[in-house]
Parts: sequence; C-alpha cells; structure tokens
Amino acid sequence: MNRIGSTIRSRVLIQPRGAKKLELTGAEIVVKCLQDEGIEYIFGYPGGAALHIYDALYRQDAVKHILVRHEQGASHAADGFARATGKPGVVLVTSGPGITNAVTGIATAYMDSIPMVIISAQVPTHLIGDDAFQEVDAVGITRPCVKHNFLVKDVNDLAMTMKKAFFVAASGRPGPVLVDLPKDVTAQTAEYIYPRTVAMRSYAPVSRGHPKQIRKAVDMLMRADRPIIYTGGGVVLAEGQDALRDLVRMLHYPCTSTLMGLGAYPHDDPLFLGMLGMHGTYEANMAMHDCDVMLAVGARFDDRVTGELAKFSPYAKIVHIDVDPASIGKNVKVEIPIVGDARSVLEDFAKEVKSRHAEPDTDRTKAWWDQIEKWRAQDSLAYDRTSKIIKPQYVVEKLHEVTQGDAFVTSDVGQHQMFAAQFYGFGKPRRWINSGGLGTMGFGLPSAMGVQLAFPDDLVCCITGEASIMMCIQELSTCKQYDLPIKIINLNNRYMGMVRQWQEFFYDRRYSHSYMDALPDFVALAESFGHSGMRIEKPGDVEGALQEAFAMKDRLVFMDFITDQSENVYPMIAAGKGHNEMHLNPGSGEPIQERELA
Amino acid sequence: MRHIISILLENESGALSRVAGLFSARGYNIESLTVAPTEDSTLSRMTIVTAGSAEIIEQIIKQLNKLVDVVKLQELTDGAHIERELMLAKVKAKGEAREEIKRLVDIFRGRIIDVTDSTYTLELTGTVGKLDAFVKALEVTEIIEVVRSGVTGIARGVRALSL
Ligand SMILES: Cc1cc2nc3c(=O)[nH]c(=O)nc-3n(C[C@H](O)[C@H](O)[C@H](O)COP(=O)(O)OP(=O)(O)OC[C@H]3O[C@@H](n4cnc5c(N)ncnc54)[C@H](O)[C@@H]3O)c2cc1C
Ligand SMILES: Cc1ncc(C[n+]2csc(CCOP(=O)(O)OP(=O)(O)O)c2C)c(N)n1
Ligand SMILES: [Mg+2]
Repeated sequence: MNRIGSTIRSRVLIQPRGAKKLELTGAEIVVKCLQDEGIEYIFGYPGGAALHIYDALYRQDAVKHILVRHEQGASHAADGFARATGKPGVVLVTSGPGITNAVTGIATAYMDSIPMVIISAQVPTHLIGDDAFQEVDAVGITRPCVKHNFLVKDVNDLAMTMKKAFFVAASGRPGPVLVDLPKDVTAQTAEYIYPRTVAMRSYAPVSRGHPKQIRKAVDMLMRADRPIIYTGGGVVLAEGQDALRDLVRMLHYPCTSTLMGLGAYPHDDPLFLGMLGMHGTYEANMAMHDCDVMLAVGARFDDRVTGELAKFSPYAKIVHIDVDPASIGKNVKVEIPIVGDARSVLEDFAKEVKSRHAEPDTDRTKAWWDQIEKWRAQDSLAYDRTSKIIKPQYVVEKLHEVTQGDAFVTSDVGQHQMFAAQFYGFGKPRRWINSGGLGTMGFGLPSAMGVQLAFPDDLVCCITGEASIMMCIQELSTCKQYDLPIKIINLNNRYMGMVRQWQEFFYDRRYSHSYMDALPDFVALAESFGHSGMRIEKPGDVEGALQEAFAMKDRLVFMDFITDQSENVYPMIAAGKGHNEMHLNPGSGEPIQERELA
Repeated sequence: MRHIISILLENESGALSRVAGLFSARGYNIESLTVAPTEDSTLSRMTIVTAGSAEIIEQIIKQLNKLVDVVKLQELTDGAHIERELMLAKVKAKGEAREEIKRLVDIFRGRIIDVTDSTYTLELTGTVGKLDAFVKALEVTEIIEVVRSGVTGIARGVRALSL
C-alpha cells in the first residue's frame, strides 16, 4: 500500500542555490513555509497550475500530503483536522474546478469559525482575466466565505503572505484564509526568509476583556435570581473549558450549550442542562426563556438557538463575551458587551468572583433550581426503548457505552446529527465535530479522516445518514490508501429524515423527494473499497455489532443500522415559536406550565 | 437616518470589492460610495453614505472594521463635518436659454466649463441638497447628461481620520 512518506526522500527540502542566501522557487517557498509553520499534513488534489508545488512536495517528506478523491473532501478533512487539534488545517488545490470543488468545505469552515489555510493554484499572471484554461476568479468566488484572501503576484511577497495567512486564520475569531498562487509565481525565485512575526496595521484582534466591564458583569451575575450561562463554539475555539468549569461551579449556576459548544462543559455534570435551541432539551430552553440574567460566552445567538427573536428570553439582562465585536448585539440587545477571548475573560470573571470571597448564594437560586429540576423531570429526550425496530437514539447511546464516551464523533447533517448531539454525551471539547452553521451534508466522512490522521491511536466515529454519506462516499478510497480505521455508523432510515420530519409536520405528510430510493448495498459498497461492512437490523444486535466493529482496530468498518423510518427529533421548536413553545415527543407527556415571573 | 462613514483602506486590489461585497451580501443600503488614493500611496480613502437604524449602522461599522483591509474608520455624521459632491452636467443651451442658464450657474456659484453653439457643460460642487436644487432649477432647459461624484467629506475642527 502506498503509505504516507513511504518513498525515501531527503528530509530537508532544498539545497541553497546561491552562496549564502537561500534562493528558492515560489513552489519551494510554499512548501518551506508549511514546514516552518510546523504543518504535518495537507489535504489536496493536483492539477496543471499546481504542478510546480506538487513537485516541491515530492522532494521532501516533512509535510505529508493526503490525496483525497474530491476537493470537497480535502477542505472537510482539513477542517476536521483543525477542529480536533485547534491548529489550522491546510488545503492545496489546483485552479478552476479544483478550487470551485473546495468552496463548500471553505464555506463550512467559515460559518463555524474554523482556522484553515487554502492554497489554490491559479493560471499564470499574464493569462489572468483571459478566460484561460481552468481559470476562475478564486479570490472573487471565495470572498464571501473566507476571513480573508490574497492573490500573490510577486514571488518576493510569498513568504510574508503565507505568514499572514496563518496568522489571520488562527487569531481572533478564526476562519479560512485563501492564498491564490499563479503558476508563474511558483516558478520564479526569491530569497527565502520566513518572517518570525507579523504585524498588520489593519488587523489587531483583542484578547483581554475590559476590566470595568468584567466587574460590572460580575455584579449583575451575582445579583441574579434566575441566572443561566449559555456557551457556544467560541469556548471550544478559545480552549476555555477549564475556565468555564471553574466559573460555573464557583457560581453554582445552570449551564447550557449550543450545538457547537458541546463538550466544553461535561455533559454529565448536574449543573449542565444539555443543548439548547431548536432541538435542545426542555430544561435548557425553558431556563433560557425564564432567566433574569444570561451570560453568553462565545455563542452567536443563531436563529436555531433563539427561535423567534421577539419571544426570546423576555426577562433577561444579557452579558455577552465574544472575541468578535460584530457578534455582539447583532441579533439580540445586550446590556454588558465584553470583547475578548473567552478563556481569558472567563478566567478574569472567576478571579473577580473569588476576590469577593462570596460563597455561591444557593438560597438565592434555590427556587430557580427547584423549577429547573421540575423541567428536567420532564425527560424530554425520552424515546421508546421497547421498540422492535432499531431506534437511532439507542444506537448512539450504545455507541457512547462501547466507546466509553471517549471517541471523536463526526457527523453529517440531519436527524442523525441531532441524535448524536443529544445522546452521545460529550465530556471533552473538540470531540464533537459537525457542521453547524452551514449544515453541510457530506462533511462527516472526510472530516473524520482529518481527525483520524491527527489522532491515529484514538477512536474516530462518523455518525451519518444514508443520504449524507453518499455526498462524499468517494473518500472511502482515501481511507483505504492511508489505512484510516474510521467507524462509520450509518443510521439508515431510507429517508432524508430531517426533510421528511418537516414534511410530516408542516406539509401535511407530502413526502416530496425525501425518500431515498435505489440505495446501494452499503456492505458490498464498503467491501468493494477494501473495507469491512456490517448490516444490523435488530435492536438486540446493536451492542454486539458495535463491539465487533471496534475490535477491528485497524479497519474501517461501515455499520449500516436499519433504523425506524418514522422516528422524529424531539423536542422541537418550530419556526416563529419561542423557547417555551416546544413540540415534545408525543410519548413524553404534556409540558408543565405553572410559572409566575417578575 | 443618513450616515456618512469615512474609511482608510489598504490600497490593494480587491479591497473595494470586499467593501462593496459586504454591503450587498448583508443587504445594507449604499447611497453613494467614493474612493481614491490619499497622500500616502499605500492607503485609499473611501466615503460611504448609507442609511439605517442605529442598530444597523452599528453592525455596518463593526462589519467594516472586521474587514482585514480596513485600517481605520470614522463616522463623519457623529460630529460636525463638511460634505461635498461634484457634479458635471451637459445641457441644451440655445437661444434665450443660454442667458437663463448662465444666471442660474451664477446663483449656484457653479461654472460653465465647456461650450458649443448648442450646449453648455456645467460644473458645481456642494452638498447633496444644493446639487439636487440645481438639477431641479435646470428644468428650464433640457438636460443631456448629469454625472455626480458621490459624497466625500471631512470632519470639522481638529477631529481627523489619519494614522
Ligand atoms: C440540522 C441542524 C439543526 C440544528 N439545531 C440546533 C439546535 O437545536 N441548537 C443549537 O444550538 N444549534 C443548532 N444548530 C446549529 C446552528 O445552526 C449554529 O451553527 C449554532 O447554534 C451556532 O453555535 P454558536 O452560537 O456556539 O456559534 P459558533 O458558530 O460556534 O460561533 C462561535 C462564536 O464564538 C466567537 N468566538 C470565536 N472564537 C472565540 C474566542 N476565542 N473567544 C470568544 N469568542 C470566540 C465567534 O466570534 C462566534 O460569535 C443546528 C444545525 C443544523 C444543521
Ligand atoms: C449539501 C446539502 N444539501 C441539502 C441539505 C438539506 N438537508 C438537510 S438534512 C437533509 C437530509 C439528510 O438525510 P440523511 O443523511 O439520510 O439523514 P437523516 O436526517 O435521515 O438522519 C437534507 C437534504 C443539506 N443540509 N446539505
Ligand atoms: Mg436518512
């Protein structure tokens, strides 16, 4: 098998041509910059305009190139790598169709603020604008879905541009940065010096929060009767989990998380209310609705979270911590804005609370906790455990057990994604890897490749649906080439379940084009790529099958679970509704509605 | 409410399209946009006239500041400021109208900058309101074409937008 770096090549890229100065071609400079950034993996696909760069890659082995089967796979794989490690993912694609194929993955990363550097080859500078072969305006096409992008026209600017790209991608609110690189520039030579630091007069992200604002916020927080801490992906991005845990426990306040923040606070801690939002728990959404003080950290008040804005948290005074000032006050009016890095600000909050020598005033919040426990007793995630057909929730629960809650879990988009979020139970950040903002079907498998490469000895699962998995199924071939032992959990309900659910609720059960007809035999499909496949049809077989699959440590196993076609995701907040107007699982009883609030 | 935002921008290709793209992608209103290099050749200065509620203007300013090419920004309408727009107009000028137009141009402190036996080309600077009033007054004759630069502006007093 053609394993990474199996050919013997020199580790050092290039011998200096000149006497003292290191004179390199543009292509060599790109590769040398990647080495100097400490990049271990890049994900890409070659083509004409990129060939000089591919040649420079061939002549070294410090940077390992993973050859995907479609450029969308490259951008999702780099994204998965970045989400799992916190380091920027790197993508290399050719001009024209190479970069257009990568755009979905770039937009996916952009929406979830994931650091990524994309190098797109471009036609030679003298042909730009001529509708040359495989020319697209990569800078123009990607502009709305990157944090920033560059077109490098002079080889002398290349190293500095690469440095800036990594700096911008990874600092402040992270995001993808594209470097478009014409072929002739990759052939020209320049002296190579990789700048150690970079300063940009037009870009200076804030990290420390304003002390006065922090004091004001702590005052407000400590006077709350019905507090809630609402956390998001920003806490994960900031590595703020320890600071968050300390603060929540110190205050003894309830904590809820968005889809993107799951794992930053341990799922099984009694202070954690579960996910909030459209498919959040009853207790999380009711507490959001009724709270009097809300501390929002690294969360962006997305419409899937707030529901109808006019009905959103009517009694709440809001403190909002975010590194991006534009996130604050964008959708919801905020009393105390704090611009800064979530980790640094949460640490300052904890210090401030400590300095007041105040024990958590549990008397003050007792009535609130009593109320929350009543909501919790509703057990809004209950499902039918006696079913003779496999329930998707059951598979995810069993997966948690078999992996001891310690796997990396990627997902695609749909009902299975929500079941994964609700039922896996994440104890650590960066373990839950999914496309929240763009909701990109096809994300699950390639992102799992990036995760598995970053953590070769860890368990990596991809929870997917039979519709989503088909969108990047070709990456099974990449998994074979690089021996990536991912476990694919296909929750196969023969429907685009999430679409079918909306059609059931809002379109009078007219299931227009949501039935997945003519599905492949997934077991045979997996085997044809050289992997193992399993088909599981009975609830009693679920656990055994999972154990069997995870025992195959070195193999990719495609587990095709035939699940209940009619299952829906509950709770659900429909469009136009508030947090206190959830659809609950018809099996889980009537919502309790006895509250009087100031 | 009408707002004027002045921006110092890296003088790089693509910077203008980032600003224009931001306005169209987020559905913000642009009444006019002008841009040209400054005394520092690495910088351009842009003036945008926009309208929206206080919340929208706040978002526009934050989103503009977020663009990596935006170096510095000032909301001119936050304080005393001077705004000017340049207009060139070509009008039919025959017979009695020739005198009439000349008088109008004098009243508005404009200039006639080109003449043929049937047309005048006029130049006028001033606020948007003054230019609008002039266009209205020109109804005495037939307007062939009008070109306006869009608003540029500068703060009064010591307040300035510079590095
Ligand atoms: C089918 C489907 C259903 C969904 N249902 C739900 C649902 O029920 N509930 C739900 O929550 N979501 C749901 N989503 C996801 C939703 O669309 C959004 O992606 C998600 O809610 C956004 O999460 P977030 O607010 O944590 O923001 P993110 O997108 O994670 O944004 C992070 C925020 O943190 C800030 N930030 C970044 N770095 C830092 C730092 N270092 N310090 C401080 N701040 C920082 C950023 O500026 C940004 O404001 C669903 C998605 C899909 C596809
Ligand atoms: C690329 C893309 N196209 C369309 C959609 C809209 N969409 C959201 S969920 C969904 C169905 C997913 O079906 P499946 O993967 O089988 O998951 P299930 O909901 O059945 O668990 C669709 C089509 C999307 N999110 N992404
Ligand atoms: Mg399905």
